Amino acid sequence: MAIRRGRGVAAINYPTGMNLGGDPTQALVHSTPTGNFMVTLSSVDLGQGMKQIMAQICAETIGVPTDRVVVDTADTDTGPHCMGTFASRGTHRAGNAVIQAAREARQVMLEVAAEELEVNASDLETDGQGNILVKGAPQKSISIFDVALSAHFKRGRSISGRGMFLIPRSYPEKETGAMKPSTCYAHACTVAEVEVDDETGEVTVLTVKNVFEIGRALNPKMVEQQLVGGSWMGISHALYETTEPYYPNRDHGGTDFNQYLMPGPGDLAETEIIVLERPSADGPYGAKGPGEMCANPQIPAVANAVFDAIGVRIDTLPITPERILRALKAQAAN
Amino acid sequence: MQLRKSYFADVRKDDLHEIGQPRPRSDSPGHVTGKTAFFADRNFPGMLHLKMVRSPHHHARIRSIDTSEAEKHPGVVKILTAKDVPHNVYTILILIQIGPEDETVLADGKVRWKGEAVVAVLAETERAAQEAAAKVKVDYEVLPAVFDMEEALKPGAPLVNEYHGQNYYLYDSGECRKVRFGDVEAGFAGADHVLEQSYQSSPIEHAPTETTGCVVAPEGNDRFTCYTNTQAMFFTLDNTSIILQMPGSKLHFVGGTVGGGFGGKVDVIVEPIAILGAKLTGRPVCFIYSREEEMQISSPRAAEKVVIKDGVMSDGRIVARKVTGYTDAGAYSRHSPYGAQKGAGHYPGPYTIPNVWIDTYCVYTNRTPSSAMRGFGVTIGDFALEVQMDKLARLIGMDPLEFRFINAYRDGDMKAHRQPTEGAALIECMQEASRAANWPVAEKFMAMSSYVKGA
Repeated sequence: MAIRRGRGVAAINYPTGMNLGGDPTQALVHSTPTGNFMVTLSSVDLGQGMKQIMAQICAETIGVPTDRVVVDTADTDTGPHCMGTFASRGTHRAGNAVIQAAREARQVMLEVAAEELEVNASDLETDGQGNILVKGAPQKSISIFDVALSAHFKRGRSISGRGMFLIPRSYPEKETGAMKPSTCYAHACTVAEVEVDDETGEVTVLTVKNVFEIGRALNPKMVEQQLVGGSWMGISHALYETTEPYYPNRDHGGTDFNQYLMPGPGDLAETEIIVLERPSADGPYGAKGPGEMCANPQIPAVANAVFDAIGVRIDTLPITPERILRALKAQAAN
Repeated sequence: MQLRKSYFADVRKDDLHEIGQPRPRSDSPGHVTGKTAFFADRNFPGMLHLKMVRSPHHHARIRSIDTSEAEKHPGVVKILTAKDVPHNVYTILILIQIGPEDETVLADGKVRWKGEAVVAVLAETERAAQEAAAKVKVDYEVLPAVFDMEEALKPGAPLVNEYHGQNYYLYDSGECRKVRFGDVEAGFAGADHVLEQSYQSSPIEHAPTETTGCVVAPEGNDRFTCYTNTQAMFFTLDNTSIILQMPGSKLHFVGGTVGGGFGGKVDVIVEPIAILGAKLTGRPVCFIYSREEEMQISSPRAAEKVVIKDGVMSDGRIVARKVTGYTDAGAYSRHSPYGAQKGAGHYPGPYTIPNVWIDTYCVYTNRTPSSAMRGFGVTIGDFALEVQMDKLARLIGMDPLEFRFINAYRDGDMKAHRQPTEGAALIECMQEASRAANWPVAEKFMAMSSYVKGA
């Protein structure tokens, strides 16, 4: 009887957005009289920080600091249609809609500024700090605050825009399955190290090294939270969780967090996150959807590490001490 | 977190102001100081509490329902049964033309899983609703149930859901979604080794901090405002409109920050019946799942069975892959036909294989309906695929990471579902993993690229 150590690897990809497309999201953007910007959506923030990301995307596109953008979302009386927050689609679909709406609003903003400065709109640029400058002559400028006031009270212009993003739905060909499931894919490779106690069947995940390719980390701190949380969820899925421990038997299902097992803080591995960026052709600033993908590779990586440690395969999830001990017993019997 | 900018340096730009910046989340201060409002923070004078009477049986005919004792219970205001629901048989994906309607809001004549909603009790307090629910008498005739997918697919198995007529979802392609690419049998015949293995998972729970629920308030203008933690506002509104046969203009859905979704809040379950209760009583109604309901009543991730048969050459090339996937939908479709089909588009994984055969089945059994969850249609498939990859590598005596490099997809490679690969980055992820985990591979693999050579 011993503590045995093993290492496993897994590599995966994951589609962004609803399978086969056909999942629209719209956005509206408008300025307030003093040059703040409202993004109106009906997308739902699940705690992953969608509102913050939409604010940054709008700010980048219009050319203002993020703290001048407010996101109003998840109200069906005000927000235009969004299919929903699922399928790793929030940032990709809503982000593209926000970019389109913000571009239209930006164009009006530049036209009003051009009238004020008596130049062509195409000769103007934003400095990202709240000002509009003449290209090559930055001393000639106007603040977005003043442009918005002018648009509202003097020139009667609405600095606003409409955005819509839709990947046309693909219908699988019946016999061959020819289809277009997605337009872009995130990628990952995970290496997990485990220790397995071959007397108790207990698995300790020592380290998880995750490499994720996510198109573009729009907000590195926030995507880090999502990737770390996903990595933990993957370990939990591999070793702990089930509502039906003896599936397909329906008995013994957990009904609370005492009975339904998940790892506690002390059970979590040393977790490393490395991000690569290959911007996607149709992603907002190149972003792909990493939200679901990041919880997947740990499961097979841990399973392969368990085999590497003890030489038996557990091909049924979750990989519980009971399953490990039964497999070791069966191996010894052979 | 470390950002490795050396990969794809030719296409990634660093010329942005707001994107790529680690700006603090604007809603974090509200979360950590308890100021963020969640749907359950809404409280209205006269608000009623809704509790469900649920089936104790996996499969049974309902002979009769007697609510007379429950109606007399102090505090009870209204009791709802199937006949009160205007369009009681529904399915949520009907909005994107994926039918048939196969699920009842409140059971009508039959229950098909243990925990199915049968009678809704609305009372002044949560306790009164709970106590009255216990007094509802339902006379059941227990029927044979089927829990195992293989058993369910056998001739003569108990029929789970009459709206389907058989224990699997009927796609336009037949009993499963199919992908056919190359000649998989010829591939096996020419392979140095053939390995067929079977993988299985159990259902798991999304386990959000905040359980599923909503609070509904009738407004003075004949509209209903529904405060909800759904993941999809209009999807839920539009389905509610169908179920209640009520114009969508009468409905106002307000969401906000949700305490964890993970796919568990895309089924349309609590809102229609709560709004119906508010309509019939004229009072605000809250319907919030207990933790037990969240664990055993709300949809879990489906259990799946995945059978993979591979033909591999001694030099490491996979020449044929056949995948048969089974998704245990439980008693009703919800999002499962979509998830099973998503698997067909995902296999054979991020590898270029010349001969591929894929069948994915959505199977009905007498258990809690499963539905969407983080990694829907893919997570269990990836577990199966990547354990299979490990087994294949060991079978031919090759390093598991090097084996993956040999088969990794690259730009331009044709996928089994006949889309050329674009934007691949699997090779670079594996190269970086090799470095980060000190898992050396041959130099030729470190020199590979996802880009098309010469492009």
